[in-house]
Amino acid sequence: MDRLLNALTVVSVLLLLLVLSSVRRAHIRVEYSVSWLLAAVALLILSRSRGLLEAASHKLGLSDPPLALLLVIGCVFLLMFYRFSVIISKLRDDNIALAQRLAILEYHLQTFRDGQPHV
Amino acid sequence: MPEMLVPPPQADESLLVIVPAFNEEAAVGRVVRDIHAAMPGTPVLVIDDCSIDATQVVAREAGARVLALPHHLGLGGCVQAGYKLAFELGYRYVIRVDGDGQHDARDIPRVFHALRTSGCEMVIGSRFLDGNGSSSGAVRGIGIRFFRMVLRPILGQAVHDPTSGFVGVNSNALQVFSKSFPLEYPEIEALVVLQRKRFRFMEIPCQMHPRTTGRSSITAVRSMYYIVHVLLGVFVNVLKFDQRARRPPKPGKS
Repeated sequence: MDRLLNALTVVSVLLLLLVLSSVRRAHIRVEYSVSWLLAAVALLILSRSRGLLEAASHKLGLSDPPLALLLVIGCVFLLMFYRFSVIISKLRDDNIALAQRLAILEYHLQTFRDGQPHV
Repeated sequence: MPEMLVPPPQADESLLVIVPAFNEEAAVGRVVRDIHAAMPGTPVLVIDDCSIDATQVVAREAGARVLALPHHLGLGGCVQAGYKLAFELGYRYVIRVDGDGQHDARDIPRVFHALRTSGCEMVIGSRFLDGNGSSSGAVRGIGIRFFRMVLRPILGQAVHDPTSGFVGVNSNALQVFSKSFPLEYPEIEALVVLQRKRFRFMEIPCQMHPRTTGRSSITAVRSMYYIVHVLLGVFVNVLKFDQRARRPPKPGKS
């Protein structure tokens, strides 16, 4: 149990550092880093607060605190995947609309350049 | 020089034929020439979905105008781009013919006639109304039969060829599709979208030639993904519009 929590602490700290470094280098936009930072902080708190983890496992009706930990981690990442799916879907829709708009404007421009009457 | 996409003087009768194409250099030239032979004077717009071959060049040489997409959007995005341009240009009717040469351009006048006279918002060129459906593969045939069964209660009428890409629409459908159009495998979902708007459709028998060049995007392996994807899309559309229908009217509105 202690080993698992220590490993989780290391992973959380590494995740925090990685995300902060990525934000600093502009690899991740600030608004999209918030989810990762919140997840990393949540995992860090859980890994350093054994009482909290035991209380959570008791509330969830689980006899084994590591199981509760796995459940929390799973839920956190499911929520994040959902959030990013929403973001990706919106970006894809925007991207398609922009590509279509660009193609249509280029079409109009080409028609104008060719000296053909515009509709 | 390619002819202009200018509606003819009788604006109410204006027709644009759109041809979505992706890497169809071997077939698209003949498709455009066949359309011109079947419908002289009708403008043809090839929508090039960022092909890496000479599709654009061949289409222009054959006398079509080309709408070139900046990157690959897939069939739905490609067709919708054509619908958007047609809607902007004020066309009353648009007929879609695939760029692989499987649709017979000689059927276009009948689709156009049905569009003008039937009052339906959509006319589908069906491979199965005259028993000419043998050109579809076994797996695809099973998929088509499955979707016929699924769509029958949703649409309230039978549809024999729900995956046909040979489709004509009028300006009402064009307005809807220019705003919202399914992006992947759009044919079946588009039917549901129209039905939820209480638009009507009909099928007329058409010839379908076997593909002579290139490969279909729907392979046997992808058929399962296709079925799941389209099924989900159909039910999402049904739920979306049913919720709207159940929403109570705002106070003060009749």
